[in-house]
Amino acid sequence: MLSGYLVLDCTDALGWMSGRILAELGADVLKIEAPGSDTGGADWQAANINKRTLTLNLDTDAGRAEFVKLLAKADFLLETATPGSAAAAIDEDCRKSANAGLIHVAITPFGRTGPCAGWLAGDLEIMAGGGAMTLAGEPDGMPVRISVPQSRGWAGAMAAVGALMALNHRAETGEGQLVDVSAQASVVAALAHAPAFWDIERTLPKRAGAFMTGRSIHGASYRVFWPCKDGYLNFILYGGVAGRRTNEGLVSWMREAGADLGVLADIDWATFDPTQATQEEVDTFEAPISKFFLTVTKREFLNGAFAREMLGYPVSTVEDISTDPQLEARGFWQDLPGPDGKVQRHCGGFAIVDGERLKVRRPSQIEKGGA
Amino acid sequence: MSAKRQALEGVNVAVFGGYAAGPWIGKVMANFGARVVHVESKDRPDGFRLQYPPFKDGKQGINRGGCFTYFNDSKHGITLDAKKPGGVELGRRLLDWCDVVVENMRPGVMKRIGFGYEEAIKTNPGLIMISTCNMGQTGPRANAPGFGSQLSALAGFCGLTGERNGSPMLLYGPYIDFVAALYGASVALAALDRRRRTGKGALVDISQYECGIDFISGAMLDFHTTGRIAERSGNDDPVAAPHGAYPCRGDDAWLAVSCWSDDEFARLAATLGHPEWSDDPRFAGTDARRANKAELDELISNWTKTCESNAAAEALQQAQVHCYPVNSIADLFTDPQLAERKTWRKQHHEVIGDQSYYFPGFDLSATPGVVTKAAPLLGGENDIVYRDFLGLSEEEYEAYKSQGVIG
Repeated sequence: MLSGYLVLDCTDALGWMSGRILAELGADVLKIEAPGSDTGGADWQAANINKRTLTLNLDTDAGRAEFVKLLAKADFLLETATPGSAAAAIDEDCRKSANAGLIHVAITPFGRTGPCAGWLAGDLEIMAGGGAMTLAGEPDGMPVRISVPQSRGWAGAMAAVGALMALNHRAETGEGQLVDVSAQASVVAALAHAPAFWDIERTLPKRAGAFMTGRSIHGASYRVFWPCKDGYLNFILYGGVAGRRTNEGLVSWMREAGADLGVLADIDWATFDPTQATQEEVDTFEAPISKFFLTVTKREFLNGAFAREMLGYPVSTVEDISTDPQLEARGFWQDLPGPDGKVQRHCGGFAIVDGERLKVRRPSQIEKGGA
Repeated sequence: MSAKRQALEGVNVAVFGGYAAGPWIGKVMANFGARVVHVESKDRPDGFRLQYPPFKDGKQGINRGGCFTYFNDSKHGITLDAKKPGGVELGRRLLDWCDVVVENMRPGVMKRIGFGYEEAIKTNPGLIMISTCNMGQTGPRANAPGFGSQLSALAGFCGLTGERNGSPMLLYGPYIDFVAALYGASVALAALDRRRRTGKGALVDISQYECGIDFISGAMLDFHTTGRIAERSGNDDPVAAPHGAYPCRGDDAWLAVSCWSDDEFARLAATLGHPEWSDDPRFAGTDARRANKAELDELISNWTKTCESNAAAEALQQAQVHCYPVNSIADLFTDPQLAERKTWRKQHHEVIGDQSYYFPGFDLSATPGVVTKAAPLLGGENDIVYRDFLGLSEEEYEAYKSQGVIG
């Protein structure tokens, strides 16, 4: 879809995903790397597949001059220079390129301006500043981040959207512009509507651990994560139409399996209302379910819940994801040769357009010299 | 320079469905100038209107839900009942008006109600339709029902959150929906550009599950290459040590701190008044600091507990140490950096009153985005959309109203 557009990608990890998204959408993305930079790791490889790579030393005058030449013919520049002198040098290069249509995407932890613009921050600090950590972890314990860095995904995806909005404007006017991306502000999107609680009623959403609270008028908490035979399941006793179908499906499954139903046998799910249950009642509902789930594997739950149109999913590991038949059937994985010649299995293009999955077209490769 | 004020001015979008994953694509596009119509019916309003708090004064009501409004600012709300006589015909007129249609219903529902892509392009051949759902439009589990909060477990996020030997953790809401919405917005915009150049529309199938997995693509590649299974590990990091959240003075106040080199650790130690730590064999080098994590964390905590988190952050940043307060949800509204970016944009909602709407994490220098209005009441802009956008005559409009198509 974006064929014919040239993207110069000078980003570090915080911006890698923006270039990958534009590349999947068909743009020609040229990843610029400093001499000797480490491009072998799984994170680099995964996020920079689909890009051509150029080794260029931007610390030399010659490298900088070549960069300006590339800028002159580029449609997009993606960069992660720290606000201050590094960012100012990039701006100067953009001016020298005299490319009025250039879409300059600056991706930084906090944005290009403001009191904390130059602050040092990695994924941990960005997730903390964006509010994601206050919502994750045990209620009386330390706030935690997701162990696989996420702020780079949020910043990269926001950057891609901003870049393409700027492209729409350029198509109408010929005018390029600066897209200023704050990773911190991008992470706020991950909080769902938690901010609305504080804004509207001054209640403070906090981390809920493995249980769901706030659903029962008696303050009962409902289990969300359940140990199963080979890991954990995510299952919630919902009310309403979907809850009825789910709860009835579970009870019928337990009955078929000869499991002890306990109090579940006598519940009329058509009138079951989770908002009215006390903690004691919830505990009696959950006891037989806990026992049953210990006899079920994650994959059995995935298939069994789907067959019964129940809500709930296993808590997958990367290994579980790698063998999910749904992904296989949709041709999600794409095998491409890696730098050592061995096959690498990558996440494929993120969408199917007109019946065809977006292409992950070529492996990462280092080109030296001019583009 | 252009006289245009916004990047997506002139782009028409309609959103069918509800909750987060579809509607939020429309919200982001609306913030940058697209005209976005949020389609509901009286019988099937957006599920977020009634199913989730917070509600104005704690009372549930069709126009009282802050969850719905939070995700739907800057849009125009209409009601359209496709089941009533004339409903499909009116819906097709809306589809003809659109550049982009976003829908997040189960696969096949749009077609069943008469708004499928094949039908729509007969009269609007350049239409771009974005279909987003849990599993995508195809595959053995295409029809799986599901909410994003649970899908976030299937896509690995919950299992990757929490202490190493503890339970997986919730991520509060439908985390993955917003990941997929950003991917959906990017492909919609790329399709608009292709259409401008080729005249060709697009039918886009987004699996929210697949988009989520893209956010852990490095861990997936690592597994496929080495067999290593990424695990939750509290706040630990494979490179930095220390790397964690430390308690500060006040209720549930914390500071995130990390050191990425021995020099940075030396600066941390000096700021905490213990320059000797950098020569202490327990903490000399990342491996030693990781091996003596409990001891080091306690020492750092002894200092942070005496500090207010913002002041501690200022002091450590002065010393060039990575850190930031762990913002509570309330803190987000006073964070000076988010304030600089005008992350919260107030608009007055007729029922809820003033509400702060989230502005996306990027802005454009020449064509800055705007939160133009509060979220719509149910059918709140029927007049404008049907008469002005679609050009219905007064007679047509009244006829559809009397037939109950416009409720």
